[in-house]
Amino acid sequence: MTEVLLSARNLSVRFGGVLAVNGVSFDVKRGEVFTLIGPNGAGKTTVFNLISRIYTPTAGEIEFENRKLSELAPHDVARLGIARTFQNIELFEHATVLQNLLIGRHTHRETGLWSDIFFTPAARRAEIAAREKVEEVIDLLDLQHHRESLVAGLPYGVRKVVELARALCTEPKLLLLDEPSSGLNTEETDDMVFWIRDIQQELGVTVLMVEHDMSLVSKVSDRVLAMNQGEMLALGTPSEVQSHPGVIEAYLGSVDDVSSLRRAA
Amino acid sequence: MRFIFKTDYAQDIRLAKHGGHVFWYSALLLALLAAPWIVSEYWLAQVTFILIYSIVGLGLMLLAGFTGLFSLGHAAFLGVGAYTQAALTNAGLPFPLAIACAGALSAAVGMVVGLPALRVKGIYLGIATLAFGFIVEEVFARWESVTGGNAGIHIKLPELFGWQLDSGEEFYFLCLVLTVGATLVILNLLRSPTGRAFVAIRDSEVSAQSMGIHLARYKTVSFAISAALAGVGGALYAHKLQFISPDQFNILQSIDLLLMVVIGGLGSVHGAFLGAIFLISMPQVIALSKDQLPDVVGQAPGLQGLVYGLVLIAFVLFEPLGLYGRWLKVRTYLQTFPFYRRGMFKRQKSFQKSERLR
Repeated sequence: MTEVLLSARNLSVRFGGVLAVNGVSFDVKRGEVFTLIGPNGAGKTTVFNLISRIYTPTAGEIEFENRKLSELAPHDVARLGIARTFQNIELFEHATVLQNLLIGRHTHRETGLWSDIFFTPAARRAEIAAREKVEEVIDLLDLQHHRESLVAGLPYGVRKVVELARALCTEPKLLLLDEPSSGLNTEETDDMVFWIRDIQQELGVTVLMVEHDMSLVSKVSDRVLAMNQGEMLALGTPSEVQSHPGVIEAYLGSVDDVSSLRRAA
Repeated sequence: MRFIFKTDYAQDIRLAKHGGHVFWYSALLLALLAAPWIVSEYWLAQVTFILIYSIVGLGLMLLAGFTGLFSLGHAAFLGVGAYTQAALTNAGLPFPLAIACAGALSAAVGMVVGLPALRVKGIYLGIATLAFGFIVEEVFARWESVTGGNAGIHIKLPELFGWQLDSGEEFYFLCLVLTVGATLVILNLLRSPTGRAFVAIRDSEVSAQSMGIHLARYKTVSFAISAALAGVGGALYAHKLQFISPDQFNILQSIDLLLMVVIGGLGSVHGAFLGAIFLISMPQVIALSKDQLPDVVGQAPGLQGLVYGLVLIAFVLFEPLGLYGRWLKVRTYLQTFPFYRRGMFKRQKSFQKSERLR
């Protein structure tokens, strides 16, 4: 439980004149649910994009199981066991749910181009094995009804679950969830709480998540990191962070700000 | 409506999903096998052209329809295949060896062209491949010792294990075998991880990458396979015409090929065949109707171009899924009769996507 899975050291990234992330350091321990919170533009999604190598940090380093991520190409990150979802859902729209999930098995493929072209018995066995794995995820997340549907025709809430399922199909060690509850109604958000707990407790997957819904955050998170304008504000248990004066100020503004607005009595 | 109750994963993977598929595709194959005895020599030649264009169309469909990379210079690959075949056949190589070389050389050229595709997207890729098409056409015209320059080059009859294919029927069967082979290659790819990686790249590159798909590798592979099929098609094309010259592989041919997959229906294997049928039969239809039309219209130059243009505009506006999309609607209408609704195929509003990352 105390072993460090992912550690970010002095992480900074600059886009032109904007310092989107400034000297952020944190450790994610194996088996925990670690949440990043903060107002819009705090740099939470940027941290995600740094981990999945879509951006390269200007300074600092991220290590996953003692391997430096900066030495890897973006497509190699998945191979290490890091899977992610996106804030605005990036599914393969014109493919079925099943095909989307099978793409999640890509890092586990055993066949090469030629055995695919001739669809050799080995390729056939690999296809069936991949479907068996995918079926476990379908069962876990109750997607049986949508197995053959095109993603383009699915409602938003279901897409969100399909994206989570696709990430799980890669059998990750670390799951990055970018706002898992955004756009979901309260019932769907409750389901998400159960699933995140299941993923953590039954599958033993470590979860790093960005989330705005504080009730979800406090229900599932072991530790929370609050960020504001690219900098770290507070790190601790959900209740510690929620009562941290800096966090309250970042969300609500300080007493001084408010008093200057108050009319002189 | 047909409902398939799946009890086995093998059912998911099988090419023929149900009895109807088996029946209709067997019937089609039987009809094609019997064609030389049913249709006249002229129409058999047209069917041969349809088969040749289908092979090329399958390749372009893989690239444009399934990987989402548009090539405006595909005629160049056709040309590379055709000229390789001409040079090697005339040098005395047997047909199987020559066509394997034609496909392989085309694939190699395709990989080289695929390299800029790793950096540019959309319209810029179109421009890059267009430029490549012009360069290759120029090479065909200037490299006279191999290609015969603008005067063109004749090609000997294909020879298969000491057996000369000198009749239209024999060549037709050769094309049929290669077409079936090419179709199986594409279908196998599409039901395996490689094909799914192509589709993933088409629909969302950033997400394909985060699933561990090596974008550069798969884009190059897609270009190579697509070019190889175009090369094989080009080799058959050269044999069919028995004479090739650089102007057969110009920009107009490239546009014809793209027209073929767009009208057939991007993203469907059927589309490649429907597009090929359209591309070959349209000039015939126009020629037949010329006599019925008043001379002002019928004899006007550029009638074919006008009709093609109008058809393309009509498809883009009213049936973006092409002929195959139209067929799907007709089939659904018949299957669900009388419950078909107009809105059934209406495209869903797509949700906001993160433009920033692409």
